[in-house]
Amino acid sequence: MTKLVNSPKEHLLVLAEQAKERVKELKESPVPVIYVGCATCGRAAGALETIAAFAEVLKDQGIEARIEKVGCLGHCYAEPLVIIQNPGFPPLLYQKIGAGEAGILVRSFLKDGSDPCYEYLIGALEADENFPTLMDYPRYLYENRVVMEHCGLIDPDDIDHCLAVGGYLSLAQGLEKGGAWVLEEVKSANLRGRGGAGFPAGRKWEIARKVEKTPKMVICNGDEGDPGAYMDRTLLESNPHQVLEGLALAALAVGAERALLYIRAEYPLAVEIMERAIKQAQEKNLLGADILGSGFSLEVSVFQGSGAFVCGEETALIESLAGNRGMPQPRPPYPAVAGLNGLPTVINNVKTLSTVPSIIRNGHQWFRSIGTEDSPGTAIFSVVGEVEYPGLVEVPMGVTLEHLVVDVCGGIKDGKELKAVQIGGPSGGCLPASLMETVIDFDSLKSVGAMMGSGGLVVMNEDTCMVEVARYFTDFTQGESCGKCTFCRIGTRHLRDILHLITIGEGTVEELADLEEISEAVIKGSLCSLGKTAPNPVLTTLRFFRDEYVAHIEEKRCPARMCRPLIAFYIDLEPCARGCDACVACCPTDAIFTTSNRKKAIDQEKCVKCGECVYACPPEYDAVRRISPPEMIPDQGVEPLSEAEKEKEESK
Amino acid sequence: MLDQLLAALNETERAAVDEEEYQVLRAVVDELPAFSREISQLIPILQEIQGKHGYLPRLALDLVADHVQTSIGKVYGIATFYNQFRFNPPGRNPIKVCLGTACHVKGGEILMENFERRLQIKEGETSDDREYSLERVACIGCCALAPAVVVGEKVEAYVTPSKVEGIITEIEVRNEMAAREQAKNDETSE
Repeated sequence: MTKLVNSPKEHLLVLAEQAKERVKELKESPVPVIYVGCATCGRAAGALETIAAFAEVLKDQGIEARIEKVGCLGHCYAEPLVIIQNPGFPPLLYQKIGAGEAGILVRSFLKDGSDPCYEYLIGALEADENFPTLMDYPRYLYENRVVMEHCGLIDPDDIDHCLAVGGYLSLAQGLEKGGAWVLEEVKSANLRGRGGAGFPAGRKWEIARKVEKTPKMVICNGDEGDPGAYMDRTLLESNPHQVLEGLALAALAVGAERALLYIRAEYPLAVEIMERAIKQAQEKNLLGADILGSGFSLEVSVFQGSGAFVCGEETALIESLAGNRGMPQPRPPYPAVAGLNGLPTVINNVKTLSTVPSIIRNGHQWFRSIGTEDSPGTAIFSVVGEVEYPGLVEVPMGVTLEHLVVDVCGGIKDGKELKAVQIGGPSGGCLPASLMETVIDFDSLKSVGAMMGSGGLVVMNEDTCMVEVARYFTDFTQGESCGKCTFCRIGTRHLRDILHLITIGEGTVEELADLEEISEAVIKGSLCSLGKTAPNPVLTTLRFFRDEYVAHIEEKRCPARMCRPLIAFYIDLEPCARGCDACVACCPTDAIFTTSNRKKAIDQEKCVKCGECVYACPPEYDAVRRISPPEMIPDQGVEPLSEAEKEKEESK
Repeated sequence: MLDQLLAALNETERAAVDEEEYQVLRAVVDELPAFSREISQLIPILQEIQGKHGYLPRLALDLVADHVQTSIGKVYGIATFYNQFRFNPPGRNPIKVCLGTACHVKGGEILMENFERRLQIKEGETSDDREYSLERVACIGCCALAPAVVVGEKVEAYVTPSKVEGIITEIEVRNEMAAREQAKNDETSE
């Protein structure tokens, strides 16, 4: 630094100016710039192949352009997503750009600029006369992006991208005004922990701040273990500096000198990106010793969790950091008073910390103007399952489930009926269509037996069996129970075993009462919220979908036709096309044979009920039927083709 | 230390330590001094060893226990508690079937069955020729692309039962091409 600066803020503004200069070069680039979303989900959809294709065709056509990797926009249904900034046009967002589409875009749009390829276009990022803008879509219009504002638009590997859009400004402000002020702001904002339980972050910080023991520590909990939620991963991968800034502000507020990012090992890309981000921030003196000349120092490191759902629980997480099995400990003492090595330890979720910079930047009044009185701010949901536009959605707290699923995410796919939404993962519950008016906030969801949890939301249609869903989650929590509390360890096992019996058609009506009784016992007899909430999926499905349980038990019938021991597949000979072999080729067990009239039938002995033939059967015939119970297969007088006929066929 | 450990094994146990595993153990012996002896570093140490060698041989746990001066029971307890650790070598093409909520609802279990049938190994096993290993993962966070399978480092999206065949065939074709290329190179170098 050649220029002498006095305050952290001035110091930061110099950094921000430099960053803006560098980013301006990119924004005003005389050659086209292609931004490709490269978070884990983008890569899964083939983003790296898209980049390779762009590079190849550009070279082939002799066009000069820059390719930049960015994070995730959260529009998973449209991956791989590409933004093209072609001089003379507004930045344009394209969807589902695979290798082939990449080539077409280069040839038609970049080569002579004549055709912006409307067929792949979603819209322009800026208002423009010639193009629809993103705000013309409900998905963009209804969202209120506070935490995810820059996700997918900046390069997570380049700190300048973040600095240019105001990154670390809140930290500089916090450093000037002091930790006590930061704490007051967050407390007044009533920021509630986004990890699931909704405990006010400011209160937690205050407790730790008041404890006199030092050194203190702040931990970012990125051990996102809920199967079905991935927003923490997206935030870590798409805007890592926002997480670091929030972490530094938390440390400042509690007076901690050490900070740790606890990230689960299943997220290798997030670990890699965060480690790089920490290094870059240290180089710019935004982390490390004497941050921005303020005298405040913070040492930050990454710890890789080894895959244990229970480590999302604060006390278990601390145990695992100490090199033990991740088993929860009784509270009090709370970690904020005596955590890792008996020292005050504050643990906050990735989303909570990512929200902090915006509160400091805009003030607590602004934050409280979003959402509801008791749950201010926004909520991020990963809406997946049978909706038209699955992905990450950030909406203000207080909107209804109906609004989220139907208006924002486009409603149910393929014109089917909504049956239930599972909200909150293994700790949450299944809510039926009749409860879609429920408001999304911490307390309303609890009142109907579900939970905000980590924000996983799976939308289910009539083809999903509620008993099977309850069995799945119970199986999950059973496997993840650490074994410390008897009720959780053994209770969840009994729950799972009973549910398993019901899904294979061997349950009894008396067992439904057992399920309820055991559930109550597990809730009462467990130390941590893994056990306390584990029966939620069972209790909510029993409450709202009891008739499905009864159908499994009394009629041996799975109404959703999902539980495989209770279903069968057969081919309706009427629509089945003579001579068509589509289903034969796809069957993994060669269970489909030709009948005497040269149509197809399924050998029930060989069939493993994978359902592949349903998809393979051409829609114009649509001849494969799924039925429950299996005895319901109608007798169509199927006879296999005689050996002699078969030989004749083959010799042809 | 390693020789002592080997000497303490009974005959069947010793027979199970093949040359390859012995070499891994030798490497672990050489690597250990670089690690901290703090008990709090136990998990990172195990992660490092697995990261390097792909798995944790049973005797490596004894070596680590000795290194951080704790009981083998403690190390074994840790290694088996966390899902990340594995005790048999992974295949050259590790296949992980995601069984998160979204993938489960869309038939992840059926994919697992198809892989089991196609590869003739069960979940958690490695094929005899070490070509494939099959595992389940709780959630890889690609829920909107369900059902998903991770093959090696690559995430395959929207996998259907018939795509299982395609995935395996692709690996087989790639192996065969590599083998031919190798043979060709050998020829020219001769």
